[in-house]
Amino acid sequence: MVAASPLPSGRRLAGLPRQLKLPSWPWRITWAYLGLVLFLPLATMLLKGSAVGPVAFWQMATTPVALASYKISFGIAALASLINGVFGLIIAWALIRCRFPGQRLLDALIDLPFALPTAVAGLALSYVYSKEGWLGAPLQSMFGLKVSYTALGVGVAMVFISLPFVVRTVEPVLRSLEKEQEEASWCLGANPGQTFFLIILPQLMPAILGGIAQGFSRAVGEYGSVVMIASNMPFKDLITPTLIIQHLEEYDFASATVIGCVMLIFSLLSLLVINALQVWGQRYQGGEGTS
Amino acid sequence: MAFLIPPLRDTKPLPASNPGLKAKGVTLWPLLIITLACLYVGVVILLPALSVVAQAFAKGPGVFLQNLGDSDLLAALRLTLFATAIAVPFNTIFGLAAATAIARRRFRGKALLLSLIDLPFSISPVVVGLMLVLLYSPNHGLLGPLVNSLGWKIIFSWPGIVLATILVTFPFMAREVIPLLEEEGWEQEEAARTLGASNWQVFWKVTLPSVRWAALYGLILTTARALGEFGAVSVVSGNIRGETQTLPLFVEDAYKQYHTELAYGAALLLGGVAIVSLLLKILVEQIMEGSRKSIGLDVDTKDS
Repeated sequence: MVAASPLPSGRRLAGLPRQLKLPSWPWRITWAYLGLVLFLPLATMLLKGSAVGPVAFWQMATTPVALASYKISFGIAALASLINGVFGLIIAWALIRCRFPGQRLLDALIDLPFALPTAVAGLALSYVYSKEGWLGAPLQSMFGLKVSYTALGVGVAMVFISLPFVVRTVEPVLRSLEKEQEEASWCLGANPGQTFFLIILPQLMPAILGGIAQGFSRAVGEYGSVVMIASNMPFKDLITPTLIIQHLEEYDFASATVIGCVMLIFSLLSLLVINALQVWGQRYQGGEGTS
Repeated sequence: MAFLIPPLRDTKPLPASNPGLKAKGVTLWPLLIITLACLYVGVVILLPALSVVAQAFAKGPGVFLQNLGDSDLLAALRLTLFATAIAVPFNTIFGLAAATAIARRRFRGKALLLSLIDLPFSISPVVVGLMLVLLYSPNHGLLGPLVNSLGWKIIFSWPGIVLATILVTFPFMAREVIPLLEEEGWEQEEAARTLGASNWQVFWKVTLPSVRWAALYGLILTTARALGEFGAVSVVSGNIRGETQTLPLFVEDAYKQYHTELAYGAALLLGGVAIVSLLLKILVEQIMEGSRKSIGLDVDTKDS
């Protein structure tokens, strides 16, 4: 859009109003809707958070209970998303590079954590890993491991919820890899391990990291399934979203707002990181395509 | 589609200097990878999903059907369908409007705007609910006085539940349609307009048909998420049984009250919706893939 010349040529005069006219209604609807539905609540929360004052904000954001909940939420989410980073790569590899019966079923199952309501997931997981559950009972009798109503249960729920991300980000990149590179690397005498770690893995890295970041962000924010499998005891397995709910139930709106703001800032930061990773991945792909 | 790419072991074996090692690597690794992938997905996803079915029918199909007749469950189902029926059309209109407004424009901050539209994906549903409470709560909300003077009840009532559902599900539609419109470009709309079509005609006859499958896909995702939303709704709903309890909230409440069969009955209902939406999604994906492939083939023949 060059709006420099004050006297537009005849052609532009004819073209300009038409171009402006089409987007105007969708444009207005978009901004009005976004403003009402997203920006207004968002601004309110930041306003209420800043009204607390920096000293009180810091105090409420760093109470021992809150700090313990961050440690549990972010720590376990990081572990869960890293586990899924490894297994997501394996699953994506199996889906793209291998042929086996039941492949379509496997492919469809990957999306189940997206589609299944989190309350149902929580119900299912807390039963399966409970003392009399399908997996909880053997784990209890063989290893003395208690999963439901412990921090381990929180981990199980977060693994469930963040499983699809890495698989779905790695799949398209893996599919578009040029086989010539692998053949060249074989021809030059590299063994399969070298080919994988030096040729394939670096190209998949942006997608893997992007998927891990998305899964991590989702796992940190997850509430429905975690609240049902955890005992929600402070310092033991209380996650940050549940802490917000507990503050709200005690009518402690200020603390709830402050911790909500902490989570909001985290979400904004994670969006930035995910976007940066996507840009990096695209640049990498683009470079591959042209060379 | 996956089957277009020949599997690795189908590539011609190269004149290997070290055939023993290669043969071993080729036969053993895929098997190991497939086993690991299936085991992991089986334990993490399939087993819990099957447990819901098993538990719902643990006392026979008769008890299951009887549970579905529970009045609180039916009230929760009604509220869930009601909230979805309002949220989905609104979000569809927004999604299509945002896609047509944003996809073909270049402006400063476009990437930022797209990220902001994505925000409900990365934000915790609990924080979404909290934002609505801070805005509309009669005693603590920013708009509390206004809400009170109008005599409305938003928090702990159905409007809050609808707002929470809308806020959590609005990005799906826009996210599905925008990339497609960006890819397809402007030419068809331009052609229609030179032929004298009005903006509305262009939208209905050119833009919408070209994105119909992506829009349907977005619609499925929006609906599935709206039916299953838990965190945001649980903050703004008072969770009063039979009144402000949605079906996902009912699942948790019944489970906590040790009405286990009721909880599993409702869970199976919601799980069924999830399965149906997954199947529809796969179907639409195949159709989209098919249409894209035909476009791709056209381009190829033109080039050659």
